[in-house]
Amino acid sequence: MTAVQEPTVEREIGRERRRKEDQRLITGRTRWTDNINLPGMLHLAMVRSPFAHAKIVSIDTTAAKDATNVVDVLTGADLGESQGACINAWAITEDQVTPPHLPMPTDRVAFAGEVVAVVVARSAAEARDAAELVDVEYEELPAALDLKEAATDAVLAHPDLGTNKSAFWKFDSAEAGTGGDVDAAIASARDGGIVIEREYRQQRLIPAFMEPRSVVVDPTGEQITVWSATQIPHILRFAIAATTGVPESKIRVIAPDVGGGFGGKLQQTPEEMIAFAVARRIGKPVKFTETRSESLMTAHHGRDQWQKLTLAADKDGKVTGLKVELLADLGAYVAIIGGGVPVLGAFMFNSIYKFPAYQFNCQTVLTNKTWTDAYRGAGRPEATYGIERMMDELAAELGEDPIEVRRRNWIDASEFPFTTVAGLEYDSGDYEKATQRAMEMLGYDELRAEQKRRRDAGDRVQLGIGVSTFTEMCGLAPSRVLGQLNYGAGGWEHASVRMLATGKVEVVTGASAHGQGHETAFSQIVADRLGVPFDDVEVLHGDTQISHKGLDTYGSRSLVVGGEALVKAVDKVIEKAKPLAAHLLEANAEDLEYVGGRFGVRGTDQGVTIQELAGAAFAAHNYPEDMEPSLDAEATYDPVNFNYPHGTHLCAVEVDTETGQVSIRKYACCDDIGNIINPLIVAGQVHGGLVQGIAQALWEEAVYDDSGTLVSGSFTDYLLPTTADTLSFEVDHTTSPSLTNTLGTKGVGEAGTIASTPAVVNAVVDAVRHLGINDIQMPCTPQRVWKAIQGAGSGGATPGAAMPHFSEDQPGQDSTEGAGA
Amino acid sequence: MTRISLTVDGAKVADDVEPRMLLVQYLRERLGKTGTVVGCDTSNCGACTVHLDGTSVKSCNVLAVQADGCEVTTIEGLAQDGELHPVQEAFRECHGLQCGFCTPGMIMQSVALLKDNPNPSEEEIRLGLEGNLCRCTGYHNIVKAVQHACGASTGSTNQTAGVTA
Ligand code: FES
Ligand code: FES
Repeated sequence: MTAVQEPTVEREIGRERRRKEDQRLITGRTRWTDNINLPGMLHLAMVRSPFAHAKIVSIDTTAAKDATNVVDVLTGADLGESQGACINAWAITEDQVTPPHLPMPTDRVAFAGEVVAVVVARSAAEARDAAELVDVEYEELPAALDLKEAATDAVLAHPDLGTNKSAFWKFDSAEAGTGGDVDAAIASARDGGIVIEREYRQQRLIPAFMEPRSVVVDPTGEQITVWSATQIPHILRFAIAATTGVPESKIRVIAPDVGGGFGGKLQQTPEEMIAFAVARRIGKPVKFTETRSESLMTAHHGRDQWQKLTLAADKDGKVTGLKVELLADLGAYVAIIGGGVPVLGAFMFNSIYKFPAYQFNCQTVLTNKTWTDAYRGAGRPEATYGIERMMDELAAELGEDPIEVRRRNWIDASEFPFTTVAGLEYDSGDYEKATQRAMEMLGYDELRAEQKRRRDAGDRVQLGIGVSTFTEMCGLAPSRVLGQLNYGAGGWEHASVRMLATGKVEVVTGASAHGQGHETAFSQIVADRLGVPFDDVEVLHGDTQISHKGLDTYGSRSLVVGGEALVKAVDKVIEKAKPLAAHLLEANAEDLEYVGGRFGVRGTDQGVTIQELAGAAFAAHNYPEDMEPSLDAEATYDPVNFNYPHGTHLCAVEVDTETGQVSIRKYACCDDIGNIINPLIVAGQVHGGLVQGIAQALWEEAVYDDSGTLVSGSFTDYLLPTTADTLSFEVDHTTSPSLTNTLGTKGVGEAGTIASTPAVVNAVVDAVRHLGINDIQMPCTPQRVWKAIQGAGSGGATPGAAMPHFSEDQPGQDSTEGAGA
Repeated sequence: MTRISLTVDGAKVADDVEPRMLLVQYLRERLGKTGTVVGCDTSNCGACTVHLDGTSVKSCNVLAVQADGCEVTTIEGLAQDGELHPVQEAFRECHGLQCGFCTPGMIMQSVALLKDNPNPSEEEIRLGLEGNLCRCTGYHNIVKAVQHACGASTGSTNQTAGVTA
């Protein structure tokens, strides 16, 4: 037992700790799924449909089976029920139309890229070669491709269902008792107020994580082990068990090092299910690693909505109502939370503003394209885009500064906690302060003055300044709320803390990191709370045999839900250690205080450290009778509320009015994400999010041709930004600690993505608004911007295939079409 | 099958390979050099970048037979005697990686960039790394890491503790 010990000097929380993860990542000692090799392992290659919609007439596998080193070739019929099914965990309405989703269908394919057969061979190259030899006869069916047309049921994506309309979901503030009647608000604004009506396109995006998905299944041993490049090992294990009948306890899922996800690996994939079935059938380990082309074509896509928005305001520019009508493209199947993604935006269109009346309507629609699901932000970027574009339009209508108009309508710092028209209670925030800081960083006033000069001078290159504020609901989620939304699971998280005999601490979390730096951030939390050195904490995750309970990582939830579970588990360890400390110190438990990892007897220099107690509990030679000899503890935390980070993002762009070229000159943002555990990690999350959001505004789009083939199916066609396209950012924070968790933290993973898209598009439109333009459809490519300037329209849709630039006869869709704008 | 002999991360190796085998496949599948990864099939991402006789190449774009008689350095051979290469150290110091999948290629390309131009401007860094994709970091801290590695000032800031409510 020690006498006096210096308490830990520096607090870990708030420190710019360099990441624990990095040592292995910068030296190439990483365990990606594709690195795993097992004795006798076989390799899979998928035979995929080239058609968007077709009947499978016959599959001839003879030639492929005869190829060198091919072990077997299997179809959906061969695998039968053993292949399980891909689940939808969130039917957003009771009567949602949900097509059955087999990993490998037997009779009909519903999108180009769907798997119809799998080749099993001794090497990946031989499997791929043999896949070419599988002869599939298809009978092509008409395909439902365009979202608006699909919504009319003109062509059916799944003829048996009789409709493409999957579900209609509505929230109305008058019905919910959270606000007034939106139609009345709009009607009264038509008479003497302001009504803005617009229609915006949220183009289809591809998450495009850098590590292609990979899965290894080892059926030898008592448990079947599945390694997968997934964000959701726990949910995957559940889904495999639930649909194949293999007991959950016989399945171990491991997410080793995972190379990015952004929602794109929040999925139970057909390839995982096929690998699982093949391994069981053949009795040997198997591996499947997708190519990039397969990844872009068949890993789920994101966004893809049409948004019709009606904003009502009085003549002074105070908002009085907002009505939202969405069409959301689900693709060929309702993915694991596919239908729910737009609903995650349902409570966010009103954003930080005090709308007295609000209505949200969403129709989800099936088409014959790759299925959609969560992509960074999931529902909330779409909502923020909609409202922030509309606030700029309102400002333009009023002829006022867009920040002024926002300020007039946002919730004042003194009004928190604030119950919104969508029924959420925002805990804390200070929009004014974040906005002020962002304006300083950008040099807002000076840039406005420069803009005026250049506009007056009629410069060829015009300056535009884009504003976007945002808030989002983070930390999915209170289980009861998810229950009310008919979601299939809860939103709690689990953590346990194991005190090892040597004084080291193992922390097990149900969150599953794939680049977020949990090992570092969680170590900081535990080091502070438990009073142990940062380096003595080992964070374990992503293996269902080690972390037996968890709901994984998405929705900016790991820190705010998973971190809170950790805090609770650590507190339990300290509680458990206390009677042992009292016993060993022969003191009263009430006289003990826990500081810096040590129980001290108040007023004396007597004390015992947590490490000594861990050793004593391990030896178990001397402990109180009513105690079990262990300090280990676990906790499951179910959040009481979401948390609501917010921020103001400002962007200055230059637009060449002769070529349509857009270049970002400066980007500044000030986010309020509550207390910060590790500023370095937070900055990284913001930077990465910003570039993804900017990429939606300017570059990225998944484009299909008229027959339903993805033409942006490689990195030569799908424009991921590079170093040369991007710039360094000005990032700062204000701090309004969250009141819904002990650490006072708010989610940060999605913030950058959410606010940057509208900030950039607002800037582009601002640069050319004086030319009569009030919208440019995303991505704002030079071609679209140029066309908008020429025709003062919105630049039209992306042509269906790789067409020459500036072609005259493309099928243009005006994004303000039908909106009466 | 063709016989090749080469030096990889300082070790002499020889194998019979199929003429179509890519250098990256050879490194990963034959030598177990899994530090080098594959991120695409169109030579766009740069995740597979290694040094071939001192020059950076995308190893998915080189046949194993072309490396016959050459010296290859991968991310696994960059640290010497347990000492990280300054660029590796800089990536950690500046948080130039998140998931780390692009990192081996990014580091190898940065090392080559600094060899050619020991004092690059931000623009030169951005142009020099254009062939390497990263989906996580937004490149901000990657650029900073390269600046840090060559001892340049760190350019744009990441203030964090600014205003407090
Ligand atoms: S794997 Fe070599 S460039 Fe992408
Ligand atoms: S760190 Fe994940 S792709 Fe670069």
